[in-house]
Amino acid sequence: MRNVGIIVRRELGGYFSTPIAYIFIVIFLAVASWLTFYLGQFYERGQADLDPFFTFHPWLYLFLIPAISMRLWAEERKSGSIELLMTQPVTLWQAVVGKFIAAWIFAGIALALTFPLWITVNYLGSPDNGAILAAYIGSLLLAAGFLAVGSFMSALTRSQVVAFILGVVGCFVVLLAGYPMVTDAFRSWLPQALVDAIASLSFLTHFESIEKGVLDVRDLVYFAMLIGYFLIATVVVLDVRKAE
Amino acid sequence: MIKSEHLCKRYGSLTAVDDVSFEVRPGEVLGFLGPNGAGKTTTMRMLAGFVVPTSGKASICGHDVEQDALAAKSSLGYLPEGAPAYGEMTVRGFLEFIADLRGLVGARRARLGHVIDRLQLGEVLSQSIDTLSKGFRRRVGLAQAIMHDPPVLLLDEPTDGLDPNQKHEVRALINEMARDKIIVISTHILEEVDAVCNRVIIVARGRIVADDSPQGLAAQSRYHNAVSIRLERGEQLPAMQSALAALPAVAEVEVSGRESRLTALPRQGSPILQAVSDLAAREGVELKELHLESGRLDEVFRTITA
Ligand SMILES: Nc1ncnc2c1ncn2[C@@H]1O[C@H](COP(=O)(O)OP(=O)(O)OP(=O)(O)O)[C@@H](O)[C@H]1O
Ligand SMILES: [Mg+2]
Repeated sequence: MRNVGIIVRRELGGYFSTPIAYIFIVIFLAVASWLTFYLGQFYERGQADLDPFFTFHPWLYLFLIPAISMRLWAEERKSGSIELLMTQPVTLWQAVVGKFIAAWIFAGIALALTFPLWITVNYLGSPDNGAILAAYIGSLLLAAGFLAVGSFMSALTRSQVVAFILGVVGCFVVLLAGYPMVTDAFRSWLPQALVDAIASLSFLTHFESIEKGVLDVRDLVYFAMLIGYFLIATVVVLDVRKAE
Repeated sequence: MIKSEHLCKRYGSLTAVDDVSFEVRPGEVLGFLGPNGAGKTTTMRMLAGFVVPTSGKASICGHDVEQDALAAKSSLGYLPEGAPAYGEMTVRGFLEFIADLRGLVGARRARLGHVIDRLQLGEVLSQSIDTLSKGFRRRVGLAQAIMHDPPVLLLDEPTDGLDPNQKHEVRALINEMARDKIIVISTHILEEVDAVCNRVIIVARGRIVADDSPQGLAAQSRYHNAVSIRLERGEQLPAMQSALAALPAVAEVEVSGRESRLTALPRQGSPILQAVSDLAAREGVELKELHLESGRLDEVFRTITA
């Protein structure tokens, strides 16, 4: 546990010691606002809620989260620092979880900086703040799920560009697992039971139910299991391929 | 103790390390030599628990590097080849991170400052590692490896890129630590072997081809017990050369006319110093220099690994 904390601290320090973190946050806020105000017609709708903001999060994260997660392991392997890290008295688990948590905190900071929107709706009307809180939690869980997928993809390669592309594709698949464009791709060659299983893994359906303000235990369990699954996969891949 | 039992590592059809077994005990400073691509780094990575062997096993202080990985890693200080680090961190931040992972808390934290002083890193503490020169980077890597005072040190080319003063410092440091530790260093600098090692293993194409003391290895050299002389007067060179060659114990004489130097190589390493100096006196040859060679490691290295 101590080691996880040490790694989280180092990683977070790493984010903010380069301009990338600030550039990322600015882009995140700019795109999030643009989607909310133009595509989401935040003012024109005349409703005091943050639906137009949260609706676009899956699509925003689809590209921005892989941009965070691509460096998690690919960079570590490229620079050789993984050899240093893996010969310290830490377990692979501690390293994988520590890096994941740091990335999540970073995404959380970016998300938290959207608070002026929340102030704005409260100024303009009286929104259901409970629902907004639930939606923020849902958005955080979505980010965590994508980060876990991205962490796995980053462990597969030494190239950050490849890690980014794999991350976007991987996130796209889990995001839309329940939708025809993904299920159709599997239906032709997988048994129906498996196709249904894949479909039930869709991020979007779970995110949408939380975003409506309903924090269902099943949705939480779903995200927790999915994150756990991809982190296990990350550990397995690294264990086999860390030195290659 | 380091114990390596039949370590093998294959990459596809290439056998990088082939059945390497050895033991190293406290007080031993083992020099790990071999041509490029011989498998030194791969062997060290397996000892450090970073590369999983294809077959065979290794242990550090009795802890198997795979089954009991954390205990093995805790007893180990490891400088990976090329001294990788987190480039965006400052030297201070990086060393503190490692100190945290190594559990240097309370009184033991003072080791950190001690190591920073010893490796003269004070002036670069707030510089980011990416902007360091090669030698400083190496010294940061060394600091990282020794800060927790581990009983076993694996150093992959520790003095690569260091200036002569720093090489001297690092060798002094290794000698200081040698008394109670097990140290394995890989190097391409043969003078380093004389300076710090009391045992040498030479590997070639993944296999151990020699395991001896530096003196033992040098004794295999053609130059072991060779005598080299420099003459005061160059015109005596040809006469002295044939006189030397005529000595029964001398196998061969090498000439360097530019320096007026003759080197007499003995048959089967038998001592010829007395015979050579007597001969010079008899012939009335004035010597500027008389020098007994213990053997040339580079020549042995070339012969063994060719
Ligand atoms: N990850 C890898 N994949 C494939 N081959 C590898 C890998 N790592 C090492 N090798 C090969 O294994 C052999 C031994 O390499 P190693 O790095 O151990 O040599 P070395 O003795 O340290 O050489 P040098 O003196 O150049 O540092 C080389 O032929 C190298 O190409
Ligand atoms: Mg090497």
